[in-house]
Amino acid sequence: MPRKDASKLQELRSRLASQTGRGYWRSLEELADSEEFQQYLSQEFSDTAELWGGASRRQFLTLMGASFALAGLSGCWGQPPELIVPYVKQPEEIIPGQPLYFATAMTMGGLATGLLVESHMGRPTKIEGNPKHPSVPATFWQGAEQTAPGVSDIFAQAAMLTMYDPDRSGTVTSRGEISTWGAFLTALRPRLELQKSAQGRGIRLLTETVASPTLAAQIADFLKLYPEAQWHQFEPVNRDNELAGAKLALGEFVSTHYHLDRADVILALDADFLISGPDHLRHAWEFANRRDVKLSPKSQAEMNRLYVLESTPTLTGAKADHRWPLRAQQIEWFAIALAQRLGVDLSALADVVKTANEQSSEFLTSADTTAWLDAVATDLQSYRRADDPGSSLIVAGPSVSPLVHALVYAMNDRLGNVGKTVTYTEPVEAEPMLQMDSLRTLVADMQAGKVELLFILGGNPVYTSPADLQFAAAMDQVLFRVRLSLYEDETSALCHWHIPEAHFLESWSDGRAAGGTATIVQPLIAALYQGKTANELLSAMLGNPGPSALDLVKEHWQKQLHDAANFDTLWQTALHEGVIPNTELPAKSVTVKLDAGALTNLPSNDRAADTAEDQIDVVFRPDPTVWDGRFANNGWLQELSKPFSKLTWDNAALVGPELAKRLQLKNGDVVELEHEQRTLTAPIWIVPGHCEQSVTVHFGYGRTRAGRVGTGAGFNAYEFQSSMSPWHVSGVTLRTTGRRMSLAATQHHHLMDGRDLVRSGPLEQVRDNPRAPQFMQAHEHGEATSLFSPNEFPYEGYKWGMTIDLNRCTGCNACTVACQAENNIPVVGKEQVSLGREMQWIRIDSYYEGEPANPQVVHQPVPCMHCENAPCELVCPVGATVHSDEGLNQMVYNRCVGTRYCSNNCPYKVRRFNFLQYSDRETPSLKLLNNPNVTVRNRGVMEKCTYCVQRISAARIHAEIHAGDQAPSIADGALATACQAACPSQAIVFGDLNDPTSRVTQQTDDPLNYALLGHLNTRPRTTYLASLRNPNPKLEHVG
Amino acid sequence: MAEHDNKTTAADLLHGDYTYGTVTDKISAVVLSGRTPRSWYVGFAIAFALVMLLLWAVTYLFVRGVGIWGIDIPVAWGFAIVNFVWWIGIGHAGTLISAILLLLRQEWRTSINRFAEAMTLFAVACAGMFPLLHLGRPEYFYYLIPYPATTGVWPQFRSPLMWDFFAVSTYATVSVLFWYVGLIPDMATLRDRATGRFAQITYGILSMGWRGSARHWLRYQRAYLILAGLATPLVVSVHSIVSLDFAVSIVPGWHSTIFPPYFVAGAIYSGFAMVLTIAIPLRKVYSLQDLVTIRHLDNMAKVMLASGMVVAYGYIMETFIAWYSGNIFEQYMMYNRMFGPYGWCYWLLIACNIAIPQLLWFRAMRRSVPALFILALVINVGMWLERFVIVVVSLHRDHLPSSWGMYYPTVWDWATLLGSLGLFAALLFVFIRLLPMISIFEMRELVEEKQEQAP
Repeated sequence: MPRKDASKLQELRSRLASQTGRGYWRSLEELADSEEFQQYLSQEFSDTAELWGGASRRQFLTLMGASFALAGLSGCWGQPPELIVPYVKQPEEIIPGQPLYFATAMTMGGLATGLLVESHMGRPTKIEGNPKHPSVPATFWQGAEQTAPGVSDIFAQAAMLTMYDPDRSGTVTSRGEISTWGAFLTALRPRLELQKSAQGRGIRLLTETVASPTLAAQIADFLKLYPEAQWHQFEPVNRDNELAGAKLALGEFVSTHYHLDRADVILALDADFLISGPDHLRHAWEFANRRDVKLSPKSQAEMNRLYVLESTPTLTGAKADHRWPLRAQQIEWFAIALAQRLGVDLSALADVVKTANEQSSEFLTSADTTAWLDAVATDLQSYRRADDPGSSLIVAGPSVSPLVHALVYAMNDRLGNVGKTVTYTEPVEAEPMLQMDSLRTLVADMQAGKVELLFILGGNPVYTSPADLQFAAAMDQVLFRVRLSLYEDETSALCHWHIPEAHFLESWSDGRAAGGTATIVQPLIAALYQGKTANELLSAMLGNPGPSALDLVKEHWQKQLHDAANFDTLWQTALHEGVIPNTELPAKSVTVKLDAGALTNLPSNDRAADTAEDQIDVVFRPDPTVWDGRFANNGWLQELSKPFSKLTWDNAALVGPELAKRLQLKNGDVVELEHEQRTLTAPIWIVPGHCEQSVTVHFGYGRTRAGRVGTGAGFNAYEFQSSMSPWHVSGVTLRTTGRRMSLAATQHHHLMDGRDLVRSGPLEQVRDNPRAPQFMQAHEHGEATSLFSPNEFPYEGYKWGMTIDLNRCTGCNACTVACQAENNIPVVGKEQVSLGREMQWIRIDSYYEGEPANPQVVHQPVPCMHCENAPCELVCPVGATVHSDEGLNQMVYNRCVGTRYCSNNCPYKVRRFNFLQYSDRETPSLKLLNNPNVTVRNRGVMEKCTYCVQRISAARIHAEIHAGDQAPSIADGALATACQAACPSQAIVFGDLNDPTSRVTQQTDDPLNYALLGHLNTRPRTTYLASLRNPNPKLEHVG
Repeated sequence: MAEHDNKTTAADLLHGDYTYGTVTDKISAVVLSGRTPRSWYVGFAIAFALVMLLLWAVTYLFVRGVGIWGIDIPVAWGFAIVNFVWWIGIGHAGTLISAILLLLRQEWRTSINRFAEAMTLFAVACAGMFPLLHLGRPEYFYYLIPYPATTGVWPQFRSPLMWDFFAVSTYATVSVLFWYVGLIPDMATLRDRATGRFAQITYGILSMGWRGSARHWLRYQRAYLILAGLATPLVVSVHSIVSLDFAVSIVPGWHSTIFPPYFVAGAIYSGFAMVLTIAIPLRKVYSLQDLVTIRHLDNMAKVMLASGMVVAYGYIMETFIAWYSGNIFEQYMMYNRMFGPYGWCYWLLIACNIAIPQLLWFRAMRRSVPALFILALVINVGMWLERFVIVVVSLHRDHLPSSWGMYYPTVWDWATLLGSLGLFAALLFVFIRLLPMISIFEMRELVEEKQEQAP
């Protein structure tokens, strides 16, 4: 622009003076309307335009030639043509870089857990719980608003990896050959036609437990169409015994709901109610609250008291104030004796009681048993906390016999717990049945040649059915076998048609929570493969292959909701909230009337168990991480160390230390178990606190067609299982083989050796001296003197910190998997784990205290401590790990050269090193899995917990955008790390230590707060709250 | 004190009847005569094969990453660091002999200083290799150098690894200079005596125009003394800094103030053991018994004994302080060293470094060539074990029992260690073949001195 000078201004004034009327001008130049301005308008880029002003044809050709040559050079790169297509219309609500959350639900054992799934540009990456769903407790860190994601468990967290699993079945196959859905329909139609005339006499439908309303309605329609067809349900982990017990005690099937928020004394009989089973997330939360002395009234610290009798160590047992390892049979004896003490009318069961009492006289008269019976019976009846008198509760797990379940119903009734700590509803399942019996009937029908068409929807019965049923052999008798499944597994291999199932994150479906509340399952992504949902298959079986799963689910609910006018609004709200309102089952009143008649009709009941003392029981349990085998191909769960044994990638025969000593067994020794001509070869793993007369084996391993991850790992416990007694067998012979097997455990030493690592103490001491309980002082080391001021850096903004309340922590591992999912942590495989190279950023350390036969177990989650005086920062030669101005100890991956000195110098050993190329850079579907906000680390780089720095940044940006006129600040609770968000008992608290009102500050100031290895002067940001026990003084010197 | 009894005369250090000419003949013939003994070929072949093994191991390392070794969490440092410290320690004897003994006018150093310096150089070369190989991302090793990066990021000067980088590179530079300057007059001798044109030109270039004028000698002596002065602090500083790699940390077993002197003594100990390991076969094969005499061996044995006792003191103090501190972590560390899964390493190291070398108190032992050779090998092994115990055994069980682990070296760990031994040997063989392994001009001075002292 030509510069103005005085003469121009003069000119301007004169022009203005000469103008008439109203004129608008854009700039002084225009106003002046000088020649220069006209010229300027004609040449927008006046300076450069000069260059072109006088270009001749020759010059033009020269320049063009040169630019073509340059363009040609770029062609040397050889970049393939890639079409990118912009959004023509911006999708509603998608802001690049901002994830969206969608509510959906995951079904296990028939029951749905509400989830919120994080989606980045249409790509689901992370799963959280849906706090609006009744299965997920409404935790309080977000205030009353509850917009933040809720808690979840390991299976929910790991479901994302299964969704992206490249080993999932991708196409319809017919006897192993690739086929199409159309070809399947063509093959199916004539066979169904044929059955129609026979009323469907030859049709059998085998599903897992079904509570999905749409699917249940479709199955009902199908059974209406083919009245003679039979529907069977089977899952290896079922509630047969509970249902049978209900029949025995109440005369009908019910669903039982526990309310631990009001329970002061809890007796658990082989029940891992904090970790698995219906509503376990809510249980963990309510239990932790009732145990948290910070929540008790000012007058006195209060805690509930938990008694656990169990035949295999569980995490619930580890939280117990009194735990007693017993054989399954002994637990039954104890229950009968306790019922008698509590005054339950057992006259109807006189025969059973008499036999049991004869067998158990020795056990019942022992000092331990008497003391326990006295203590437990008294406590159940009378122990109440001062302020908020709750009630007692007896809980029984799925493995205890129907008789014990019946007694538990009766005892809870007798104790007046019904309506307070326990409520009943109609069963939430669409068709509750004794599944083992159902499967047995199916096998009998198949063997008899009565079955012509078999539809197996989900499950994996060829693998999961007990050995004595010989399911696979019976299947041979069926003419036409159809399978719908996520994987082409053991069962699919024996079926004529295999239909790939859509993962729940790709499906429209619905489900019901334990309390009955219905949820719509909505897909987060279009099916990666050609998966079909069970609804679609059923629709095709009903002769209507047309409608999509969405149509089917929507149609069903349109019928159910009876509000056609508002349906769209209702539907949208239900999708958004993740719940359909008013679908909860009403409480049901029941009357206890023990009926011995029902007992004889219970084939699943192991009445004739051999009880000789020198024989070994084998206890069957679902695996803590791969469950019944359905997660066998999930690397996150395979690499997750199992509670107590800390094993990964394998199952083992768990034994107690006494038994191991008696048989001179070491970890990894292979033994052979024999019972009724069935043998099982398994490596031994010694677990302190395991019942001395039993061996625990876990399901879920020994898969032959699981996929690249799961195939070949461990041994198959189903091959040793009997349908007559699916949870334990007695009279097993154990032989050593002399062979050994290498197992990959992540922790080998469980004794603290006098080191001050986990502080725990009795409630009494907190009551005696709430400000400084004695056990907190016992190990107190003053910080060593330092030349430097501890507050050298002022931290004027945020000052992040974390507390982990060991009194709330159950050791459930949800934090570990959540962290793995959030932070793109690779899976390294069994060999690398056995070398000590697992990559998880937060681990659960377990320590034992006391007698190996029945020790106290404490769990301690250990993430990076983000030390104020971080030993790692000092020794890094390249400054790849540095302190941020908000107190975070940060890793700069790009700068790291991999000296590993930081790891050596870290006293907490929380740093993880990429010894090899661990992250998968090849598999396309796994690339989609990665969190886009977290760097994928390559070989040779150190990594560790970042306090989820990406979440902090997101929260900071959010706060800045929404700050308005005020100074931006992240409110307490507006931010949660992945581990904190997932933690079912909310043991982990994260926040700003500069905010005196934040929960983390309050917990840091708590008298129970301590720093791990504080004497090293590392001044960790992550601190712990001591674990408390509330022992019964009467049982102090017992068992 | 019977001073004259102990005084080393030139006659003790040079047997036989040598003149300027014969002593020059004797040493230069090894290089120039062209008749290479069969044992040289055999030895070089073995060493070369081991170098190939090293090459293979290193190539595979670069392809797969450091995960091919046995390192893990908690033992993130393994053989690579053990070897590094061991090799660096070995280098120290050369510098000590050439610099400190020169300044102390210990004339017995003259016949051993040249190959001791060469040994230093090759040991430093072997040592220098390991910190690079052990990096997770060796391609970015230059991040340790304070170069003017456009990122504006500097190395972290508080880290002992940073100091280490400077210490070792300074040490390597000064050692090369010192060695080369010492070689110049002998290069000229070889140039003058060489018959082949190629050898004349090569040695001619390397001798940098040395004519032996008085002015040359004057400048030479000054330069050599200055370099000796520069090298002297390095004897102490390098291994002190290497020891700080450990002492600065808070790992029980590393966090100890005794480390610098203890490491330096250990370095001299192992260095002299290595000089003996090399000198004894050399004097045998090349019939140099007149030049490298029993007196030399005896003196070196005495230095070993003295430094060995300092090392023993270090072990005792470590144990004492672990008990005296009352710190359960330190106490457990010591207990674990002695009776933990690697306890045998500790007891073997005590045997190799303390118990067996007590034989050196006996004059007969110091003067028995085979016994001395075996002792030197034992000490070499012992000092390697000492580093293994410090690095691996301290790391494998530190503060949190939950994170305790084990370290099992893999075939690649062993291949790299053996390969580095091969590299060291191969370089020595090449050196013996191409350069005078004993300083010719200093031996001529000794001849002169002997003649003066002769009655």
